[in-house]
Amino acid sequence: MSTREARSAPDLDATASRRLDELVQELADDPRRISTIFPAVARRVARGPADPDDPDGVKRPRLEDQARTALLAALASMWADDPERFTHELAQLYRYGDADEKRAVLRALSALDTGAGMSAVSLPLVEDALRTNDVRLVAAAMGPYGARHLDPDSWRQGVLKCLFVGVPLDAVAELGARADTELARMVADYCRERAAAGRSMPADAWRVLDRFGELGRDLRTAGTAPGVSGTEAATTGRET
Amino acid sequence: MRIFDPHIHMTSRTTDDYEAMYAAGVRAVTEPAFWLGQPRTSVGSFCDYFDGLLGWERFRAGQFGIRHHCAIALNPKEANDPRCVEVLDVLPRYLAKDGVVAVGEVGFDSMTADEEKAFTHQLQLAAEHDLPVLVHTPHRDKAAGTRRTLDLVAESGLPPERVLVDHLNELTVRMVAESGCWMGFSIYPDTKMDEHRMVAILREYGLEKMIVNSAADWGRSDPLKTAKTGQAMLDDGFGAADVDRVLWRNPVEFYGQSGRLLIDDAGADGADGADPAATFQGNSVLRGQRPTGTEEG
Ligand SMILES: [Zn+2]
Repeated sequence: MSTREARSAPDLDATASRRLDELVQELADDPRRISTIFPAVARRVARGPADPDDPDGVKRPRLEDQARTALLAALASMWADDPERFTHELAQLYRYGDADEKRAVLRALSALDTGAGMSAVSLPLVEDALRTNDVRLVAAAMGPYGARHLDPDSWRQGVLKCLFVGVPLDAVAELGARADTELARMVADYCRERAAAGRSMPADAWRVLDRFGELGRDLRTAGTAPGVSGTEAATTGRET
Repeated sequence: MRIFDPHIHMTSRTTDDYEAMYAAGVRAVTEPAFWLGQPRTSVGSFCDYFDGLLGWERFRAGQFGIRHHCAIALNPKEANDPRCVEVLDVLPRYLAKDGVVAVGEVGFDSMTADEEKAFTHQLQLAAEHDLPVLVHTPHRDKAAGTRRTLDLVAESGLPPERVLVDHLNELTVRMVAESGCWMGFSIYPDTKMDEHRMVAILREYGLEKMIVNSAADWGRSDPLKTAKTGQAMLDDGFGAADVDRVLWRNPVEFYGQSGRLLIDDAGADGADGADPAATFQGNSVLRGQRPTGTEEG
């Protein structure tokens, strides 16, 4: 396995790494084959969480996400002289991807982040993911690439969506650096709405509110102590 | 009774159907891509439909304890519309995906030259993507259509055991049996084939390579016809193991050739409690996967 692949896919065991090498070789023979190699990665390389406590890979990319990132990094270098071709194919892989493939594209973006031409293609993918209620996609969209490139409004809405669909805020990259008073206000209002509906507030809300103490004071005293995280929307797939 | 319905269009069924199917023993299905009743006018409509089969419908089935697979293809009817034929260019992206267990439904509707071209091309795609094929036979001029189907399959070089020829009846079963292809029967409420005629065919031809499905869709159809056929077999003196072979093991064996089934060995109770590393006939079992919580209306 090359150093670049090892960096993209640190959790693959020896067998999976060897299979990944074979796919990179197939890709080198004809880079256009990415359209059928990319969807087949979980079957052909490895599938599963890198961390058993994180089955959805919201905090640490799953094995198949890592392998797909390595393939995209390899493709980017094969088409280094034609970056537009690469970004076009990247957008196609997302468009035609199932949820697992879309998540992998989102996860790969920070490793592929090479400048403005890239952002014109990849930021719309992040925005698309944030329009879904799929916890896997929302979590991946709020990773390092989203933290670096989403405008403040979209980023704050993304954090709120995490609380709404039950994505742990551990999945949000740069939470400490980007959280601001406006985000804290939105989170406090959301928690008040839940309290009014007789529902507990997501425990992770305190990770934002604690840093802007005055905004959530009433929530602390109103008996809506942090407790059960509200993940109804995520488990039923239904907005409540 | 555990049931794998190898041909059913769940997109056009309700959640009541899913509940009734589960109660009757259905634990897995394959939904082949087909015509939607209202003709499509662009490739984009196909792609959204394929995405729905792989995404939303799989999630919806999972909510009711049923493993959902699909077959992807340009259907015979729309193979005649030049606005739809370009979908052939994007099929390879879909045929590479997990949970896609066959190319289908392909075949003839009106036996046109355009249908034959799309059919031949997709037999080729099945070979390239190492997938079995689900072939629809026409409702009109069925015997001639089935004969031509078998000729094209033979010319394609695909091994017959990777081809399932569907919607058969007493007049077409023999030629398919002789070809070595799998034999599919769609059991409908009043026309075409019913469960008692099916039992008679099983008596005459045996159970090998026999596949029974409901082919339920948006037309008059019954998603419980698989279970009712199983009951008719028992009433006629077949044993429980015979029923299991026709309604579970045969479809698992046929689609298992894809290496992409999303079921476990037990099949009966979903994935709970089984070995996470288990595979079944080389088919991976997707575990630790959270359902797609995408919005619904
Ligand atoms: Zn059908």
